[in-house]
Formats: sequence, structure tokens, C-alpha cells
Amino acid sequence: MDTKVEFLVSDRPKLSVRDLNFYYGAFHALKHINLDIPEKKVTAFIGPSGCGKSTLLRTFNRMFELYPEQRAEGSITIDGENILKSRQDVSLIRAKIGMVFQKPTPFPMSIYDNIAFGVRLFETLPRVEMDERVEWALKKAALWNEVKDKLNQSGSGLSGGQQQRLCIARGIAFKPEVLLLDEPCSALDPISTGKIEELIHELKDDYTVVIVTHNMQQAARCSDYTAYMYLGDLIEFGPTAELFMKPKKKDTEDYITGRFG
Amino acid sequence: MSDNPPFINFDAGRLAKHRRRKAVNAVALTLSMAAMAFGVFWLFWILFETVGLGIGGLTVATFTEMTPPPMAETGGLANAIFGSLVMVGLSTCVGAPIGILAGIYLGEYGQKTWLGHTVRFINDILLSAPSIVIGLFIYSVVVSQFKKFSAIAGILALALIVIPVVIRTTENMLALVPNALREAAYALGTPKWRVILTITLKSARAGVITGVLLALARIAGETAPLLFTALSNQFWTSSLTEPMASLPVTIFKFAMSPYENWQKLAWAGVFIITVGVLALNILARVLFRHKN
Repeated sequence: MDTKVEFLVSDRPKLSVRDLNFYYGAFHALKHINLDIPEKKVTAFIGPSGCGKSTLLRTFNRMFELYPEQRAEGSITIDGENILKSRQDVSLIRAKIGMVFQKPTPFPMSIYDNIAFGVRLFETLPRVEMDERVEWALKKAALWNEVKDKLNQSGSGLSGGQQQRLCIARGIAFKPEVLLLDEPCSALDPISTGKIEELIHELKDDYTVVIVTHNMQQAARCSDYTAYMYLGDLIEFGPTAELFMKPKKKDTEDYITGRFG
Repeated sequence: MSDNPPFINFDAGRLAKHRRRKAVNAVALTLSMAAMAFGVFWLFWILFETVGLGIGGLTVATFTEMTPPPMAETGGLANAIFGSLVMVGLSTCVGAPIGILAGIYLGEYGQKTWLGHTVRFINDILLSAPSIVIGLFIYSVVVSQFKKFSAIAGILALALIVIPVVIRTTENMLALVPNALREAAYALGTPKWRVILTITLKSARAGVITGVLLALARIAGETAPLLFTALSNQFWTSSLTEPMASLPVTIFKFAMSPYENWQKLAWAGVFIITVGVLALNILARVLFRHKN
């Protein structure tokens, strides 16, 4: 599907998707997707369940490779390199791209080690610098004040909202360039959701953020660009204000006005 | 009915259905309670008899003296207790690591492979193999080759019982670890071996240890695999190449005998094993609940 997007002045693409097709076995889940994700902006994927928005997100860090029956064709370019064809170790690609999942996934270790885990994979830091890094990540994720006195306690002892912010802190601690959020608020209460949305706002100063969400208000509130997907097709993509105020396609309008979906 | 407000004015059909549902519920509850009482009755009877007869024969000498000849005045089970501890302990040391590693293969690497399916199938057969078959197998490949009963043969036989149990529990416990947790670790760029070691195995740790403890409890009472392998020994030995006494075999020998002092010691042995296995089971449960 042809989706020409005029980026707002000064925005440049960080991640380019060209003619991407994705298959779960014989099922054709993503059809000829073309899309540019702008750098240091928040891009939201919306659409009804099963439209392929999470699938698309999971191609960006080759997460689908864990499952042998899933495959992707086409190209996804980050900083000029096609990650689908790349001979580079997938670990190094994932080191550039952080990901936060729908349900909080604290590792079975202390809060401190949860954050340090990803950092230790790629860097050997002296204790003091590691302490600073952990503090930085937790502050960035707006969790520092709540956990600074119990860094040695288990991460699973935190509340759901705190766990999710812990996962965001873990996702940025190793300083990736892109942050993928797969419905990060769907398991959270409104207060925690609010905190995470504020956080997303701040994160875009340093990161390219891509968020999948079921919640259209959330997309409208915290994204700069929005892509509407339906049944594996990218229907419309553009600046969020434009897509919500005057959608170009009838399908998009029906969905965002609640007549469908 | 007519003077009731309409929202609780059920019609006759609905009430009849409701009554039938309650009746079926009562019957099902009675049957299952009866089944439970039947099982628990025998269990408590066994425990009651064991404690009643066992505690009477239990003295300090039970733990310090060797198994006596028939009709002797003194004597204990020291060599049998020691032998059981050595053989059960060493066979767990041999079997548990093999079982855990094989369980990791089945749970993390070979879930959908041809080899994985085959190993799982064979393991299920081994899991349900009668222990006497395993005893006879070790007899024919070890004992008859070396023309000698030995503790090593007993350890091998018990280890063969431990392995399938540990494989099964390890695989099951790894399957309980949510895939989201694995994905989260991979998303950070973690290599597979490290995901398994630091994330999945660590999450499943309590369950895996519980599996090992339950396997330990199971072999502590096994008699058949030791009869043809470690045999028994009237004296104290710590040599693994010699026949070695064990509690189950000693109980078997003593309980079948006509001598009163032997019978008394057999009951003491039964009591020790029961308490030991009970303690292991409770420990396994506490560990599992604590970690979950």
C-alpha cells in the first residue's frame, strides 16, 4: 500500500520499512508495509486486535526469530543497515533497540540487578559508574524516589505500575537508540498509565519511541505520528494531529470515531 | 409468589432446574468426600501402626550398633542407615545433574524437534518402568560383569530411577516460566545460554529443587533395585566396591524373619524411613510455596 508521508520540517527517518511481508506459517500477517519512523519522535501504531501492529513492532528487533515458523521478507533499515539481512549478531541489533512488553516482566533478581543486567551484557563498568547508571535509568523512568531505599529487594515485590516502570528503566539503561513499547499500559491502572505517558513524553528527547496501543486517546495524547493498521495493511500514516483531525481515508475515520473496531 | 417483587419471581421451570443442580452437587460432594475419607483412612492407619510399632523399637542403640545376628540381645541399624544415606546421597549426586541438564534440553532447546519428542517419549517409559526391572538391568550389566554385588551397582540403579523423575519435573517447571520473561531477556540482546542460566532456570529454581527432593524421597524407600545390586551387608562398610546394607533391604530381610529382635528392628527402620520421607516431602513443599 502506498503511504507517502510528509514529515514535519526537521524530522528525519531513523527506521525505514520497505515492502515488508510477514508470515506466521502460511498466514500472511503483514502485507507490503512501507513506513518511515522519525528519529526522536513518538510513533504510535493503532488498529483493532489482530491487525498486525504488535507483529510489526516485533520485526524491528527480530523478536520473531525465536519462533521458527515465523518469517519476515523485505527490508528494515536502521542507520542505513538492513537488519533483516544483516550478518551482524542479533544481540548487537537488540542492543540498539530496547523493548517493553505488555505485561511487566521483572527478572528474578534484585531491583538493582534488573537494571544492571542489560548493561553488563555490553559494558564492564566499575561499581561507582554502574551505581550511577542504575540511578540514572531509574530516575529517567520516574521510579527512583520509590525504590532508592530498597534496591536490593526483589523486583517482583513492586506493584504492577512500578514493575512496568522498572522494565522501562531496564529497557533504557543500556542506552539504546530506539525504544519499542508493546501496549505498555494495558495491564495498568489509570494513575500508573498517566505516569508512563508522562515518561514517554520525556523519553523522546533522547530516543526514537514506537508504541503499540489499543487506546486511541493514548495515541492522541502522547504520539507525534500515528499509523493506523487493519488486517495486516498499513491504512494510513501521518502526523498524529492530522490523522485524528482530518484522516485521509474513510476506514481510518470510521475507526477513530468509533464506528468500527 | 405473586406478592414477591418481580425480580425474584422465578418461574417453576427455573426453580426445578435449580433444585436439580443442588441435588447433583450434593451427590458429587458426598462421593468425593467419601473417596477422600477412604484414602486418608488407610494413610492414617499406616502412619499409626508405623509410629506405634516403630517407636517401641527405637533406642540409641538403633543408631549406634550394627545389625545383629538372630536372637541377639543388642543391635541396631547403624550400618543400614549409613548405607542408605551413602547410596541415596550419591545416586542423587549422579542422577540430579544429568536429569536437570536433560530437562533443560527438553524444555529450552528441543521442544519441537524430532530428538526432543523421542527423548521425552523414552523418558516417560523409563519413568513408569517398575524399579525391579531397573534392578535386574543393573544386575546383568554391572553385577554379573564384575561378578560382585557392590554399593556402586546400587547407586547406579537408584540413579536410573532419579534421572527420569528429575527430567520430567525440570521440563515441567521450565514450561511454567512465562515466555514473556524469556522474550524480555532476549530483547536486551542476551545470548541463549545466559537467558537459561540467569532467567529461566533461576525462575524455576524452587520447582527444580523440589523435583530433586521428591526423587530423593522416592529412592529412599526403594527395595527392589537394591536387592540385586548392593545386596546387603551385616557389617559396617564405607567401601563402594563392597556389598552395602540399606534400610529398605534390611527391613525386607528382618520383617520376613521369624526372630523377634529382627522384627522389632524392622519396625524401627520403617519408622525412620517414614519420618525421613515425610520430612523431605514437607521440606519440598515449604520450599516450593516459599519461592512462589
